[in-house]
Amino acid sequence: MARPSTPPPGRQKPPFWRDPAKRALFFQAVLLLAVFGSIGAIVSNTLNNMQAMGISTGFGFLDDRAGFGIIQSLIDYSPASSYGRTFVVGLLNTLLVSALGVIAATILGFVIGIARLSPNWLLARLASAYIETFRNIPLLLQIFFWYFAVLRALPSPRDSISLGEAVFLNVRGLVMPEPLAQPGLVWTLVALVVAIVASIVLIRWNRKRQDATGERVPAGWISLGLIAGLPLLVFLISGRPLTWAMPELQGFNFKGGMTIIPEFTALWLALSIYTAAFIAEIVRSGIQAISHGQTEAARALSLSNGFTLRLVVIPQAMRVIIPPLTSQYLNLIKNSSLATAIGYPDLVAVFAGTTLNQTGQAVEVIMMTMAVYLTISLLVSMFMNWFNAHVALVER
Amino acid sequence: MANEKTLVSARAAPNHSVGPVAWLRGNLFNGPISSVFTLLAIWALIAGLTPVFEWAFINADWLGETREACDSGGACWVFINARFEQFIYGFYPDELHWRVNLTFALLAGLLAWLAIPRLPAKRWAAVLTLIVFPVVAFVLLHGGIFGLQLVPTYKWGGLMLTLVLAVVGIVGALPIGIMLALGRRSKMPIIKSVCVIFIEFWRGVPLITVLFMASVMLPLFVPTEVNLDKLVRALIGITLFQSAYIAEVVRGGLQAIPRGQSEAAAALGLGYWKRTGLIVLPQALKMMIPGIVNTFIALFKDTSLVLIIGLFDLLAIVQASLADPDWLGYAIEGYVFAALVFWIFCFSMSRYSQHLERKLHTGH
Repeated sequence: MARPSTPPPGRQKPPFWRDPAKRALFFQAVLLLAVFGSIGAIVSNTLNNMQAMGISTGFGFLDDRAGFGIIQSLIDYSPASSYGRTFVVGLLNTLLVSALGVIAATILGFVIGIARLSPNWLLARLASAYIETFRNIPLLLQIFFWYFAVLRALPSPRDSISLGEAVFLNVRGLVMPEPLAQPGLVWTLVALVVAIVASIVLIRWNRKRQDATGERVPAGWISLGLIAGLPLLVFLISGRPLTWAMPELQGFNFKGGMTIIPEFTALWLALSIYTAAFIAEIVRSGIQAISHGQTEAARALSLSNGFTLRLVVIPQAMRVIIPPLTSQYLNLIKNSSLATAIGYPDLVAVFAGTTLNQTGQAVEVIMMTMAVYLTISLLVSMFMNWFNAHVALVER
Repeated sequence: MANEKTLVSARAAPNHSVGPVAWLRGNLFNGPISSVFTLLAIWALIAGLTPVFEWAFINADWLGETREACDSGGACWVFINARFEQFIYGFYPDELHWRVNLTFALLAGLLAWLAIPRLPAKRWAAVLTLIVFPVVAFVLLHGGIFGLQLVPTYKWGGLMLTLVLAVVGIVGALPIGIMLALGRRSKMPIIKSVCVIFIEFWRGVPLITVLFMASVMLPLFVPTEVNLDKLVRALIGITLFQSAYIAEVVRGGLQAIPRGQSEAAAALGLGYWKRTGLIVLPQALKMMIPGIVNTFIALFKDTSLVLIIGLFDLLAIVQASLADPDWLGYAIEGYVFAALVFWIFCFSMSRYSQHLERKLHTGH
């Protein structure tokens, strides 16, 4: 029996509050209103409060005289310089300790991560003890330990620990001879650049030749010799145009030479050691992510251990390693702001600390500081994304 | 029968493949390079750990009240003993320590209820922990009502403050983080971009600048009549900062749920909130627990930064007591104690999270 055909019910238009498109519009409008409303309230409160407290606004303060000294500066700086210059000095100090920290943490982290996978039981255990110890103790505590318990406990300049009568270690830092460039030194630098360019050309030629003929020269060793040898040769021929300013004890402190301040050493040590523990775990999991068949296939092709690691395992492991490695680098850069706790003159210490206290312009100073870190974060992640795309697996 | 077949009885494995000698050879002296490393490591361990062991245990002083008790040249644990109450409770009044103890005993009980698989009614435990407990904890710690004596927040300190910062930070950040993660996956462009900007902003700046902002800028943001407590300001900063990290963990969990789940729920006629609340989030939350625990470990370590804005958490109070003229020169003891406390908490939590990860990894 056929069902009586009923005409399809006339499509009633749903009420407008049940229409997804209109609802989406409504919610977004509410959110926008809320966001702009709260921003507006914050701005008006801030302006009122600042007026009530008599704090001036704007970035005019950047040209004012700073009037305080900074213990470590990569560019010329004196108390007569402007607040704008303190910003640059702080930024450069942040970048310096971050860059050196990234290099040290990467080397240490890779060594420990590989040691963690060593067939040697004791070595693997030591590596995992290192990782579990250092990543579970707050970074600030580690910085304090190195600074207050180790470096501040060193002897005074008069009783310095001396290494070969040239390098001295004391409570004021590590004093070393300072290299002073003489006029002819520029040729050595030219030679270094030439050697690097020649090495790059050589390596490319070698790769092309290997692709075409299967033969190869030990380009790595030749490049190493070139980069070390050529500048040395030019340096000796041009009459060793480099002198050293030796540090000398005068009164209570050293004169001459250059000093690495203990604040820098403590921060750099703690940042490198702490971040290396995380990098080691990343390296371990990256290498373990490569299936065992890859290594076995490489061995079946009679590649040596070194070649297996260099040509098969590491290039594949890098794909797994790079994204988390990037976020560790960013963490290290952000963590370098802990410098302010021991008085290393980084961006936060000199700018968000001293400059803010002197000018009272909290909003401008904090905004500038945050903008710097945001920019660094964006730039590093952009570079790493590019690099990641470069090494990514090409799907065919 | 004469030629009865007899099995040769099993012989013991040769000496070079089982037993301690074989283990040593396989794991410690496997070739010349490995042997050199082993010997070097043993030498370094003996040379490095002997003085540490002598300092920390053999030559150490344990009993006493003042620094005069420390005369044997080793570690002076008397210092830790004398300051122990302060390291744990800060300046919280002595006779009210039971309130702190009760609060953390309650928290421990609730967490055990949540973590031990056999105990029933997890849903109630979660509601109690996330909604009822914060209120009870505030009343107990702060007081001022129900006849409890008021303890202002500037008297809070030590391990207790560290735990308060970390727990409030994570409990406050969870709902914000979940909303942000849902917003980031939304198809509405404005909601999505607001969430992305919010998350990326907080993830891009260091916690110190956030704390600076909370301590110097937040008072400017609110009308003059509102007077925000220093601890509250720090908590607002930490919660906002942490919510961005939680949001990324939640997003990872949400991505792991196949689309089919949400589509099937939509086919059954469930709306967005029912789909999310009944189908997607319960599955995703289970997968997110290890990530949330890891975030909590990071936050627990990061709470030590509040010393920069003048709050006295465990590290800050140890640091402050190192400057006490009665106990000068015992920095290492203080740091070792603080490190040990932090390490025990972080290590056990990371072990728990690894255990969960293994349990949740139900195989492919």
